[in-house]
Amino acid sequence: MTPATVLDFTPAPGAAPLGRMVAAQAGAEIRAMLRNGEQLLLTMIIPVLLLVGFSKAPLLDVPGERVDFVAPGVLALAVMSTAFTGQAIATGFERRYGVLKRLGATPLSRIGLMLAKTLAVLTVEALQVVVLVLVALTLGWSPTGNPLWAALLILLGTAAFSGLGLLMAGTLRAEATLAGANLVYLVMLALGGVVLPLSAYPAAVEPFLGFLPLGAFTTGMRAVLAEGGGPPWTALCVLAAWAAASLALAARTFRWE
Amino acid sequence: MISPAVEITGLVKRYGRTTAVDGLTLRCARGEVTAILGPNGAGKTSTIEICEGFLRFDAGSVRVLGLPPGDPGLRARVGMMPQSGGVPQAIRAGEWLRLVSRFHARPIPAGALLERLGLAEHARTPFRRLSGGQQQRLSLAAAVIGRPELVFLDEPTAGLDPQARHACWEVVGELRRAGVSVVLTTHYMDEAERLADHVAIIDRGRVVAEGSPASLTGAERQLRFRARPGLDLDELLSALPPGSAAKESPAGHYIIEGVVDPSLLATVTAWCATEGVTTEDLSIERRTLEDVFLELTGRELR
Repeated sequence: MTPATVLDFTPAPGAAPLGRMVAAQAGAEIRAMLRNGEQLLLTMIIPVLLLVGFSKAPLLDVPGERVDFVAPGVLALAVMSTAFTGQAIATGFERRYGVLKRLGATPLSRIGLMLAKTLAVLTVEALQVVVLVLVALTLGWSPTGNPLWAALLILLGTAAFSGLGLLMAGTLRAEATLAGANLVYLVMLALGGVVLPLSAYPAAVEPFLGFLPLGAFTTGMRAVLAEGGGPPWTALCVLAAWAAASLALAARTFRWE
Repeated sequence: MISPAVEITGLVKRYGRTTAVDGLTLRCARGEVTAILGPNGAGKTSTIEICEGFLRFDAGSVRVLGLPPGDPGLRARVGMMPQSGGVPQAIRAGEWLRLVSRFHARPIPAGALLERLGLAEHARTPFRRLSGGQQQRLSLAAAVIGRPELVFLDEPTAGLDPQARHACWEVVGELRRAGVSVVLTTHYMDEAERLADHVAIIDRGRVVAEGSPASLTGAERQLRFRARPGLDLDELLSALPPGSAAKESPAGHYIIEGVVDPSLLATVTAWCATEGVTTEDLSIERRTLEDVFLELTGRELR
């Protein structure tokens, strides 16, 4: 203890400008995501390993260069890992430990907190995209198509997965969210067309998989970046529908404590 | 007219069939330290969480700085220290404090506050690795860093070691001198006696007594001594002035109440001398808040 330190406690309350508060909170969330080993495994390490492994090893029977097929799917998986899995788990534990309640009562407010979370997710996704694109390019990736459509898919995918993640985090116990979000990641990794085309699945389930958010996302990304197609309307519509439904439901059911 | 820091009237809070707060009325003046003193389960935390805007209530009215609890206009003006939690487990102590400081327009510098609360060498330690006392101090720091007008502290020193307790008391004293209104809950009567301008003793969700510590304990004094059990108190009382009271509780511990002045002391010791009784630990004491609580409720504070 240093009793010599004299501090000025004279009341001088006031909120900082919203932009500064959101930037500070987003910075803290980004640092937390990049420091968490388990999260890094899902958001960076597994996507990079899948990208390298399935591009190099002759496991896939796809037309053209394997990396051209794998890279779009892995980019979609990376977006899901951050917007859904990472966000659900982190938010679930923040709720459990009363952090959401506490931050909502500071000048940051609940709206500021949600803006900061969105900003943090988009920043980490940008980092993932940079890393994965660089790795894919060194593996000989030659993307085609209009990157604007890929960006739009990523935005809608982020909205849909964030809605689903917050729906889980805001209603389930933190431990259930942890288990559930990891399980969904694994199931989606298997069924979402990340490294296999949806046509490789049994005909009975294939149409259904295309309406799951990750199935629509990977199909859309591939249609743009591998096949150079125009606007991937089906994928955009499916993701928009998931985003609207999940965000609306999360907003209605979310419990802050 | 300036509104009080907190004004609670007829507050009722139920959890299912349990009534935690049962018609509580309390006014906390600006610039004062108000202690809500009571045993566990008396409704202290429910009351403070209602004031913080975290809990809904069933009946009554609550105004915090003249506004309803949870009003957005209160976020920057009110600091709060919850009983536990509210901090991400992995964040470093210094990072958390700097983060909270950035939500405020004119914060106390985070480094100086860490230093003041003896946390400077733990600035890079993740929250979950701090000791309970360090976590409490960090929580206190976060409550005051934005230079609020009013601070709610829920059991600020529960489970703290003596050194950390004193650090917390010093900060509360400084807040008071700076004109900050403080509302704290505690089940330590020495804490309430030492820190508070106004003490509200609550039991079973109601205020059973309130006032300054001195007015609650009163001017009345007691003479206490220990001696062999079974003294004839009726005989002693007949020697004392009318209105005095004497009791033995527990065996061998005697308490004499009434106008405790030098002549009463002389009478008691003279009586003991004629009875051949040697007294031990003879003392004249003021009542404590603990005694007040026991009298009002028939139960111990803890």
